[in-house]
Amino acid sequence: MKKAEELINQEYKYGFVTEIEADTVPPGLNQDVIRLISSKKKEPPFMLEWRLKAYERWLTMKEPTWPKVHHPPIDYQKIIYYSAPKQKKSLSSLEEVDTELLKTFEKLGIPLEEQKRLSGVAVDAVFDSVSVATTFKEKLKELGIIFCSFSEAVQEHPDLIRKYLGSVVPANDNYYAALNSAVFSDGSFCFVPKGVRCPMELSTYFRINSADTGQFERTLIVAEEGSSVSYLEGCTAPIRDKNQLHAAVVELVALEGARIKYSTIQNWYAGDKEGKGGIFNFVTKRGKCAGRNSKISWTQVETGAAITWKYPSVILQGDNSVGEFYSVALTHNYQQADTGTKMIHIGKNTKSTILSKGIAAGHGSNSYRGLVKVLQKAAQARNYTQCDSLLLGDRSSANTFPYIEVRNRSARVEHEATTSKISEDQLFYCRSRGITGENAVSMIVNGFCKEVFKNLPMEFAVEATKLMNVSLEGAIA
Amino acid sequence: MLEIRNLHVTVGEAGIEILKGINLKVGRGEVHAIMGPNGSGKSTLARTLAGHPDSNVTQGEILYEGKNLIGMEPDQRAREGVFMAFQYPVEIPGISTAYFLRAALNAVRTQRGLEELDAVEFLGLLKEKMKIVEMDPGLLNRPVNEGFSGGEKKRNEILQMAVLEPKLAILDETDSGLDIDALKVVAAGVNRLKSPDRSIVLVTHYQRLLNYITPDFVHILLEGRIVKSGKKELALELEAKGYDWLKGEVHV
Amino acid sequence: MFEIDPCREAFRTLEKREASKVPPELVSLRRTAFSRFTELGFPTPREEEWKYTNVSPLLKHQFKFSIEQPANGLTAEEIHSFRLSGLAGAQLVFVNGLFSPKLSHTGELPSGVKAASLSEALIHDPGLVRPELARTAPYGRNGFTALNTAFIHDGAFIHLSRGSGCEKPIHLVFITQTPSGPLISQPRNLIVLEAGSRAAVIESYYFLDGKAYLTNAVTEIVLKEDASLDYYKVQREDARNGFHVATTGVRQDRNSRFFSFSISLGAKLEREDLNVLLGAEGSECTLNGLYLVSDGQHIDHHTVIDHLKPQGTSHQLYKGILKGKSHAVFNGKVFVREDARKSDAEQVNKNLLLSDEAGVDTKPQLEISNDDVKCTHGAAVGQLDEDALFYLKSRGLDDENSRDLLTHGFAADVINRARIDAVRMELDRELWAWLQNDHLAGETK
Repeated sequence: MKKAEELINQEYKYGFVTEIEADTVPPGLNQDVIRLISSKKKEPPFMLEWRLKAYERWLTMKEPTWPKVHHPPIDYQKIIYYSAPKQKKSLSSLEEVDTELLKTFEKLGIPLEEQKRLSGVAVDAVFDSVSVATTFKEKLKELGIIFCSFSEAVQEHPDLIRKYLGSVVPANDNYYAALNSAVFSDGSFCFVPKGVRCPMELSTYFRINSADTGQFERTLIVAEEGSSVSYLEGCTAPIRDKNQLHAAVVELVALEGARIKYSTIQNWYAGDKEGKGGIFNFVTKRGKCAGRNSKISWTQVETGAAITWKYPSVILQGDNSVGEFYSVALTHNYQQADTGTKMIHIGKNTKSTILSKGIAAGHGSNSYRGLVKVLQKAAQARNYTQCDSLLLGDRSSANTFPYIEVRNRSARVEHEATTSKISEDQLFYCRSRGITGENAVSMIVNGFCKEVFKNLPMEFAVEATKLMNVSLEGAIA
Repeated sequence: MLEIRNLHVTVGEAGIEILKGINLKVGRGEVHAIMGPNGSGKSTLARTLAGHPDSNVTQGEILYEGKNLIGMEPDQRAREGVFMAFQYPVEIPGISTAYFLRAALNAVRTQRGLEELDAVEFLGLLKEKMKIVEMDPGLLNRPVNEGFSGGEKKRNEILQMAVLEPKLAILDETDSGLDIDALKVVAAGVNRLKSPDRSIVLVTHYQRLLNYITPDFVHILLEGRIVKSGKKELALELEAKGYDWLKGEVHV
Repeated sequence: MFEIDPCREAFRTLEKREASKVPPELVSLRRTAFSRFTELGFPTPREEEWKYTNVSPLLKHQFKFSIEQPANGLTAEEIHSFRLSGLAGAQLVFVNGLFSPKLSHTGELPSGVKAASLSEALIHDPGLVRPELARTAPYGRNGFTALNTAFIHDGAFIHLSRGSGCEKPIHLVFITQTPSGPLISQPRNLIVLEAGSRAAVIESYYFLDGKAYLTNAVTEIVLKEDASLDYYKVQREDARNGFHVATTGVRQDRNSRFFSFSISLGAKLEREDLNVLLGAEGSECTLNGLYLVSDGQHIDHHTVIDHLKPQGTSHQLYKGILKGKSHAVFNGKVFVREDARKSDAEQVNKNLLLSDEAGVDTKPQLEISNDDVKCTHGAAVGQLDEDALFYLKSRGLDDENSRDLLTHGFAADVINRARIDAVRMELDRELWAWLQNDHLAGETK
């Protein structure tokens, strides 16, 4: 019987390029470019100030060197910081969106015409630097829910932006967050007012199209007292030889009793079998459980990107607040992932759960990096972390870097981790029942990820399972 | 149905020879018992037939319906109708028993040129088959063998046999670890699955199982060779005299 | 302040005094190490490896080097209490890092077994010492190790020839005496077990006076094919004024076995680095550790187990109990390299916090570069199990006794792994005393 190794990447389905005329600024970064971005977006002065301040801080910062990833130096002056498809000045309805764009999203499986949409999902579609369409806006508005592009929010709801922007991830939080704060061009904004349960899944679909362009979007979700919202994001990009930078920031704020569920299926172009090309996915995601009894739950399925560097975190400030992190990260060929979470227990009786499943195949490198921090006042804090790695192929690697810092005696923190190769016994058992080796590998890997997948909204769970199967296709040579 | 000729098998990286020239013929619809003490090579024989990667055939042939099994992938063997009930069934976290069985059945059906079954059709079939081993339907939604008791695991093996309808079933120490009630249920299940088109090879240490499943032929395996073959009475004789009785036969 | 300059002066003194006595390789090794030390300096919390341990409190002291400041003559009576009762083997005593022949006895060593001072071995057995010295405790990254290497002067040298064995444990006793002010002593130990030999070694650290001091120890252990070493370290430095920094480097050859048992009872600040290289097929190591940390103490254990070759096995269990305003750090790294097929690594770190002011930082870490492995690690920080507490109380024990019993059980789990009766019994007494002391000091339970 042949052994489970040598993963063959199935051709990336989303690697096409959309031919569309773009409004692009020249590559490079300086104050003028930032002023230009801000003026293109007709931003109020406070936004420009905020950006320039972030830029100043960024100039004094250095790229982090601690992640277990390797890449050639990034020339920040060669990146295009703004690229938007040319469209009519302002869109009053979806019919006015360029048909090329509509076709693109349709091809990606995201038809934007609302009637074609699954009734339960509202979509904000972001193409390169700008949001091109948001569906179900009106319907949500009736409930007082604001769901729109970030640019629109800056125009229409400047007070909310002013209040919450940077309140969870400060502009100078880290190198990439500072860069994002200086140049971010669009993203999604969501506000759920007090007591409202958002009746449908909200989602943003991110698409990088132009070459040499960096995507720097920003997402801000605010859930007021007693409200709840479930949010999904998906991402793809064309196949290109050169690496492209995606440096996003996501901020979540949950007030008393609010619940935010944030799910990601990240399928950026991962580079080819030799590791050429692919997206550098350097993302800062953080949520704040600001109020008592609030809950923030992150679920991520990371199968794409050449390099992933992200740590969706929760600041458990309110008493009895709950933070969760469920993650599947799959790296194969030459993909690298350094991902995990931070759970900062500040309030009393706060609880966090971390469940991380890493799969490394081929030459893939997969690292879990996490911090569980219990501050002195966080009496009765609880954390449970389970962190498992599965290796397929003798050139793959899996690393686990958990930091546990406890300053309260009544806290209980437990961390468990295992690393092993895919079980030959399980493979043989499946195969002795007639299941092909390839299907057996998929089945075992999906079983390994089950506990994470079950936290995804239904439609996404199905997509995630498919995505894993596609990524593992040809698992047995 | 099955013909084994001068089979030599080594196991593991060390390459220790466990089977040293096995010859065996199993006709269609026959039930054969292979008996032997610990370390005689019984389980290696069963695993070799199923195509376990650690079993390394160095000499000989295994002909199944005229096809040579050696070199055939284990899943291909299963789709051709070879089934082994494991001595130690493997747990597969996260995959429900029902899902697993359906995937296996559809793989086998595709090979046989039959339509794949959808979830509803499959559940109908499964309900029927579960009666054979008196299995708790609640287990179907649990991950494969995870948290199953010893008896439940063995029943699950026989259930899989019932669902996959193999032409050749090899039962590797299916009686081990079972109390008498569970043994009766499992044996009754096997008896119901006997058919003129299905050959069964029972691999066992003790005569106990043969009180419930009557073999047509009994073979005694010692130190990698079949040292004696006979009818079902041989098992009783062995029970009375013990394996020491045949020690002298080993070096013939 | 303890800075590089006074170290340079002491280094010159050492060189001058020993110019004619030591072999040229040692002179050049010391120089290279000293120059590396001046580049590295002392570590700061900005470095990942020292993130949780700030050595600035120890740098406040004007330590004099023990080589500049000879110790007073001690008598056997004065150090009698440092003997482990029931231990009959050889005992080598070092005062301020320097060998004391008067206090030591090695009389009944079996043939093939050497236990001597390193300074003598450098002269009498250069062929045994030189090939191994400064090879398993690299000084390129750790300023303290570099400083120790620059001052290689004395310590223990233990050598077991091929196939030899020493049934009775060899006890190395390190005593710091500070009659005339703050002092740094830097013992350097080298333990070499040739193929097929076996031994047990105990390294104990004690103090006599009350002034500030720093023990900066380095122990190198080389285990050749099939060799087997039980290595105990009992750290009982001054909890108010003693600083203890130590690096232990272990290199294991094919099928060798290393068993270690490290217990931290004293020191205001301790930093232990235990680095084990499973450098050839089939080698095995078992690392046990226990730290009992009281008010005002900071204890930091860093371990590295590096599986370089196939079929290595490592087991690791470190536990800590903290009370008062205290701090413990555990960082355990396990590497499984590309070539290390069929490695089996298991690591557990557990911590019990008995006070509101205690803090623990733990970081178990796995870096696996081969798929044919079985690796697990676990870390936990918490308090006594409420169910167990209830169970004991339901059998009539009062709260205090129940807690003591459970806390004792938590630590005894490690202590019971000690394979020398004298050590195990002594440590168990020590543990009860530590628990009792808790109540006397009126601290939280």
